[in-house]
Amino acid sequence: MKKLLEVKDLHISFHTFAGEVQAIRGVDFDLYEGETLAIVGESGSGKSVTTKSIMRLLPQGNSEIKSGEILFNGENLATASEKKMQKIRGKDISMIFQDPMTSLNPTMTIGKQIMEPLIKHRDLSKSEASKRAVKLLDLVGISKPETRLKQYPHQFSGGMRQRVVIAIALACAPKVLIADEPTTALDVTIQGQILDLMKDLQKKIETSIIFITHDLGVVANVADRVAVMYGGKIVEVGTVDEIFYNPQHPYTWGLISSMPSLDSQDEELFVIPGTPPDLLHPPKGDAFAPRNPYAMKIDKEEEPPMFKVSDTHYAATWLLHPDAPKVEPPLAVQERQAKFRASIKGDK
Amino acid sequence: MAKYITKRIIYLIITLFIIASVTFFLMKFLPGTPFSNEERLTIEQREILNAKYGLDQPIPIQYMNYMVNIVKGDLGVSFQFENQPVMDLLMNRIGPSMQLGVQAMIIGTIIGIALGVLAAMFQNTWIDYGSTFLAILGKSIPSFVLAALLQYYIGVKLGWLPVASWNGFSSSILPTIALACFPIATAARFMRTELIEVFGSDYITLAKAKGNSRGEVAVKHAIRNALIPLITVLGPMAVGLMTGSMVVEKVFAVPGIGEQFVKSIMTNDFPIIMGTTLFFAFLLTVIILIIDILYGIIDPRIRLNGGDK
Repeated sequence: MKKLLEVKDLHISFHTFAGEVQAIRGVDFDLYEGETLAIVGESGSGKSVTTKSIMRLLPQGNSEIKSGEILFNGENLATASEKKMQKIRGKDISMIFQDPMTSLNPTMTIGKQIMEPLIKHRDLSKSEASKRAVKLLDLVGISKPETRLKQYPHQFSGGMRQRVVIAIALACAPKVLIADEPTTALDVTIQGQILDLMKDLQKKIETSIIFITHDLGVVANVADRVAVMYGGKIVEVGTVDEIFYNPQHPYTWGLISSMPSLDSQDEELFVIPGTPPDLLHPPKGDAFAPRNPYAMKIDKEEEPPMFKVSDTHYAATWLLHPDAPKVEPPLAVQERQAKFRASIKGDK
Repeated sequence: MAKYITKRIIYLIITLFIIASVTFFLMKFLPGTPFSNEERLTIEQREILNAKYGLDQPIPIQYMNYMVNIVKGDLGVSFQFENQPVMDLLMNRIGPSMQLGVQAMIIGTIIGIALGVLAAMFQNTWIDYGSTFLAILGKSIPSFVLAALLQYYIGVKLGWLPVASWNGFSSSILPTIALACFPIATAARFMRTELIEVFGSDYITLAKAKGNSRGEVAVKHAIRNALIPLITVLGPMAVGLMTGSMVVEKVFAVPGIGEQFVKSIMTNDFPIIMGTTLFFAFLLTVIILIIDILYGIIDPRIRLNGGDK
């Protein structure tokens, strides 16, 4: 598969009154054509900042891409001009936001909002754009698109609005779609519908999706690959099976153990103890060490590099070092790993 | 829409009726009569005058008569200006006040909104600081100080415009500028605050994510949303400006309504007080109606027809 987007050693800081907050501290990932990459992690881990920086939509003035590259179509978006970015935004890369109740302009008709990128990037006339908008609304499953086009956001429900936002994002058939927790603000039944719609449209439009979420259930449903972020870094990346059934990083273990499953009965739900690291003063060693029951001495002194688990699976934990003692992951993870090994044997 | 406006006009009439009644009784609590200052009059002469103007009758009867006359469109005659009908006196004076008010309002909102938009778009740059400085000046300098400065430098020293007269448009320029400062400052501050808030909202990020430039985002998406709260403050301000700033009218010798109003209160000229109050009230209620209609035009969520579900 062809690489579409390459993020290399990205560092992003926010300048605040308290000092420099190092929100992103060396992020690397690739996005391949047609795939869905999920980025998971708790609040403040840098998921949204990473993706906003791809579109260069970080707040101007106090944010800064310190170093690193975002390569797209042979162009480094980290240093591209604002003019260049305006041509890319909405055309090659577009975005779906978390809260559909606030992400549409309340004083503009739905039709105008969908037509805007079409007129801008596709040079369509108003009537052509309007015809295309009707098709798009139909595509995202909104009935009576001709009348709906003339209506305002307040005349739509939350789920409907998210469909409209998706229609706007896909209007110019972008190569990359960034979905920043697109289902978090919706109720569960609507969540399922929106996820199905996105999967369906991804096939039709052949776009790659970066899907930000903290809902592992959603990840299992949509993603091909998963990147786990913690403290402004990617700590583990792999295919969805590798992350769910053979996780290597203690943080991923924690995430998976804290996910309720259908067969978990009356036991208490697992919680990762402690709080996220203070990125104003990032710790010297592994940022997860203070919360990590498996932490070793070296974790507090030196940051672990990415260790290769398989061609597609990497994790940044000293536990993968040849000299590290063997530790037993939590029971829930062990069970999953056992299933994973069995399935691999079954395949062969 | 038509139904809504009809309803609002009925409310307007009720409001005016209540204001007329309250003003009428409040005035009757004032000490003295229009003729108590005329020391040369004998008691008999005063009684004759009171009888002529119906002031000898019991207050409820006076009230009834007054209300009946208002309905007929008759505001009575002035006591101080030799029996001229109040309506004529008002009409002579309204023109200049309205002209100044409307001019100041138009200039004030246009310049104010422009300054506010620039300040918000170039937040924390010298453009922003400059606009803020102008706005603070406009709010803190009293209009009569500004009026005097304008008269001295532009009127006397440069001789470009008349100092204090009322002949045509050129004599309205200086008072308009003096009056417009406050609306400019208010609109600029409001617009800046609102726009900065709107710029932070999700739909603005989406507008940027579509590939719009900063200017396009501001013009197509942000300004309209930021105008909604601004309109609320501009309404009452418009009434204040149109009904005349007494100080500015006095300094520039403008024959407006404000000056006459003060004079009539001091001389207990009941019909003029009543007429002016009613006129102010009428203007205020009409402007509030216009604002409500404007809201609907700008913000579809408060559109008043309620036609579609």
